[in-house]
Amino acid sequence: MGNYFNNIFRAISTIAVGMAETWKAMFRPPITLQYPNERWQLPVNARGILFNNVDDCIGCFKCARICPVQCIYIDTVKALPDEDLGKASMGNPIRQHLVRFDIDMFKCCYCDFCTTVCPTECLYMTEEYENGVFSRENGIYHFSKYSPPEAMALRRREQEETMTKALAKEAALAAKKKAAAQKGKETAEA
Amino acid sequence: MTESIGIVLGKLAFVLLFVLNFGGVLTWVERKQSALMQDRIGANRAAIFGFRAIGLFHGIADAVKMFTKESFRPANAEKFIFTLAPAISVFFALIGFAVIPFGDKLLLGGTEINLQLAPLNVGVLYLFAVAGMAVYGVVLGAWASRNNYALLGGLRAAAQMISYEVALGVSIFGCIMIYQTVDLQEIVRWQGGYWGGWLPAWGVFLQPVGFILFLTVGIAETKRIPFDAPEGESEIIGYNLEYSGMGFGMFLLTDFIETVMIAAITVTLFFGGWQVPYLMPDGFHFPWGGTVELANWAVAILQVVSFTFKVIFFLWLQMTIRWTLPRFRYDQIMRLGWKYLLPISLANIVITGFLILMLK
Repeated sequence: MGNYFNNIFRAISTIAVGMAETWKAMFRPPITLQYPNERWQLPVNARGILFNNVDDCIGCFKCARICPVQCIYIDTVKALPDEDLGKASMGNPIRQHLVRFDIDMFKCCYCDFCTTVCPTECLYMTEEYENGVFSRENGIYHFSKYSPPEAMALRRREQEETMTKALAKEAALAAKKKAAAQKGKETAEA
Repeated sequence: MTESIGIVLGKLAFVLLFVLNFGGVLTWVERKQSALMQDRIGANRAAIFGFRAIGLFHGIADAVKMFTKESFRPANAEKFIFTLAPAISVFFALIGFAVIPFGDKLLLGGTEINLQLAPLNVGVLYLFAVAGMAVYGVVLGAWASRNNYALLGGLRAAAQMISYEVALGVSIFGCIMIYQTVDLQEIVRWQGGYWGGWLPAWGVFLQPVGFILFLTVGIAETKRIPFDAPEGESEIIGYNLEYSGMGFGMFLLTDFIETVMIAAITVTLFFGGWQVPYLMPDGFHFPWGGTVELANWAVAILQVVSFTFKVIFFLWLQMTIRWTLPRFRYDQIMRLGWKYLLPISLANIVITGFLILMLK
């Protein structure tokens, strides 16, 4: 019986506590941010969409190598000996054409490793975080300053160069072999 | 029956618009009240020509959505009853307002208008009858859906509402014993007196326990949180499970109309209905001696406004309770109804009767 009245008392007192809490909460200002119109101030080290300042990029592949999810795709073409591509703003000489620098932001895990290793600090995270798009292709960000035909031309040049070099190497090898064979013959004859 | 048909229709329109508008606005109030209590802003995006009106258009948007959605009926459902059930539900929620007095007598062009839709001398009994019928819409809808989960919800609704029906009736016997009448207009007139010349003789001062019991049972009758076992959103059962479109909308509207209903009955029985403190039929008579003469129409308007504001207060209170308390388990609802509310109501009757006999 004592339990019964204790229950009633507890019900009433706990409801009173709850209603008092509700009453207090009614006078607190709302903390809602009307999102598209208002935004939070982002912290200084906020991680957003990656951006590469290609004028400073030396194509060192460090970011691509350290990326834990392999979302950075880089292709470079070596500059010709007589070509001067200038220097990055921190003084590092640029020795290769950056024909492809793609970042797949859908794969990116925002770990910030790539910006840490970047020697010229040209790769950094922006404050943009609204990267929702309607197509998967649009989630891949292209940073190369070469247009596709230019990039294609550079690639072909490198291919030809490699081919020429390989042919030359082969020729040299063949000549060496021939010379060695001739020498062996001569020794044998002698 | 001295009133002409025009006057009756006018009163009918007033009551219906009053109730349905309150029911509609309550959807907005529910959103805003919950937002207020949770440090949010609440729905405010629905706009007409760029005007947002602090989210008031969300009710209209909801109505348009409900009306334009497909009203789907399961293949096995009992066609006739399935279609009829929401209408029954809304019907019995609405007709209860016929006996709620929203003002005293209004003299208009020589005719005396009783500001009560149906001057019934058994008003309280009528209210009980209507409240007893309210469970039919729910149970029939659940049964006609031919869905086991819906049927579970319907069974729970039947068990809960019939259990609380008992406590609902018993909890206001104390009031009726004091007022010595079941005519709601007479009950409100009775509460026009004063104790010690200044304290309004409202029922809540005579029957505080009865008031708390009635409000608790009333909230249970509306089938809303914390007594929402029939709906059980978190258990994915509910009598309105198979309903969509306006069928669902009518069940939703029923809940809100019943909320208004409970607020109106509470005000009528315990808070003096349309009584304004110190307002006599000819103007204000303050206890400190001052008087303000008022015309009959001004008094009538003040009474209606007073009734409206009291109803709004209790709607607000019910919304606050709904967003404060968590829902009860089914066994807790049954235990509360049968083991706590009913015995306390009975004890209330005994003590009230004893005191009436003692003080006579």
